[in-house]
Amino acid sequence: MPEPILSIEGLDAHYGDFQALYGLSMQVARGEVAAVIGANGAGKTTLMRSVSGLIRNQPQAIRFRGQPIGGLRADQVAALGIALVPEGRLLFPSLSVEENLIIGGQMGRPGPWNLPRLYDLFPILRERRHVPATALSGGQQQMVAIGRALMSNPDLLMMDEISLGLAPVVIKSIYEALPGIVGEGLTAIVVEQDIAKALSVSSRVTCLQEGRVSLSGASAQVTRDAISRAYFGV
Amino acid sequence: MDWVNAVVQGTLLGGLYAMFAAGLSLIFGVMRLVNIAHGDLIVLSAYVALSGAMLLGVSPFVVLILAVPVMAAFGYLLQRLVLNRTMGDDILPPLLVTFGLSVIIQNALLAAYSADPQKLQAGAIETAAFAIGPITVGVMPVIVFATAVAVIAGLQWVFYHTALGRAFRATSDRQDIAQLMGLNRAHVFGLAMALSMAVTAVAGVFLGMRTSFDPAIGGSRLIFGFEAVIIGGLGNLWGTLAGGVILGVAQTLGAKLHPGFQVLSGHVVFLFILAVRPRGLFPRIDG
Repeated sequence: MPEPILSIEGLDAHYGDFQALYGLSMQVARGEVAAVIGANGAGKTTLMRSVSGLIRNQPQAIRFRGQPIGGLRADQVAALGIALVPEGRLLFPSLSVEENLIIGGQMGRPGPWNLPRLYDLFPILRERRHVPATALSGGQQQMVAIGRALMSNPDLLMMDEISLGLAPVVIKSIYEALPGIVGEGLTAIVVEQDIAKALSVSSRVTCLQEGRVSLSGASAQVTRDAISRAYFGV
Repeated sequence: MDWVNAVVQGTLLGGLYAMFAAGLSLIFGVMRLVNIAHGDLIVLSAYVALSGAMLLGVSPFVVLILAVPVMAAFGYLLQRLVLNRTMGDDILPPLLVTFGLSVIIQNALLAAYSADPQKLQAGAIETAAFAIGPITVGVMPVIVFATAVAVIAGLQWVFYHTALGRAFRATSDRQDIAQLMGLNRAHVFGLAMALSMAVTAVAGVFLGMRTSFDPAIGGSRLIFGFEAVIIGGLGNLWGTLAGGVILGVAQTLGAKLHPGFQVLSGHVVFLFILAVRPRGLFPRIDG
């Protein structure tokens, strides 16, 4: 495995009094697309919130480019080049589509992504750029959420359940845009409930079960049986 | 014609109330903080201007240039050092802390300046007036009202046309997601309080030029500010100006009926609007 851009070692994470992750370890290599799968409540979203700094943890448990980031605030983590597309999109309702995108880029990190390039990726957003973001359809809102994260020109892009609640045809069109997003050195973590989708877009897959890693391997090589066991624990 | 006169004077008075309210509305909008000390901070601004005018020997209008950044810096530090430590899911701790702050400011002013009423002396402009038809209008109230309109327009511009305003609205919508955009919540809150205190400084200086003040009057200014915000509708700046005007007109019309009814009639109109339109006359339409 090449040099990891993100390295998690023995991460314990809590949601209030509830412990959601138990000594979790995983590595993501620079430039790869890593998939994280698992049933509801397995700890996928807690993992995303921990890496992004929304949940603060032991500083050494999470390292980004070798630097300990587990104890940093979310805005400090974002400034280092990690962006999250949160589950449920969570756009800013008071902001227009374009303002949601602009605020994603407000840190001014240099990189390939800017408004014109984003509008080329999702042309419908150019037409609707002055509409309040939450007035869009679910799929269009998901495009804004992805665009908002890309505007920060991240080195690591995390996408949490981007297909949740969307029609299959919409999911297909969003995943078709994925090859245009990754590449150019961008590393991505895709959290998915749809296992087939997760395996098809990723090079490595990690399965969580009750806050622990139950399976980890190359996406092309894991067997259906192994995933079933890792997913359901049977 | 006396009644028309009362409406005009009340409208002009409403500009001052709108300035009391704007700072209150701004910080509630951005961080859901109810600042019980807001009235006392207005009075504090008036005393800061009083000391500045005496030390430098200049007009209150000149002191305004100094009072605004001083109060803004004070607001930023107050938020970063004190209020941010109390902010969380529970709105009660910041409420109690600002209540304590209110008591501290009142007593500190009492110790420093005594309970004697003070006034900011602006000179001849205080009594200058001009006639519009049969109605005589004071120059000073017109300046106050024009300033209020400018302040509201300025805040509106900041909120909807600047990066700072975008950060305020995003933080107001979803604090944690705004952090993901690289916005440090503690800093954004500090800037919101700084802006609120800048408006408060303007309100305090004009309050001090318009009427006499003493350390105990903050409470009723807070009430007037709250009433203007609620009448206008939470989160709507132009609505706040309308709320201030409605409150001012209600007060001058009440005073016209009987001098003792001035403050009471303002409260009655406020309660009536609260009963009929609990979200205010111009509530913000959220998505």
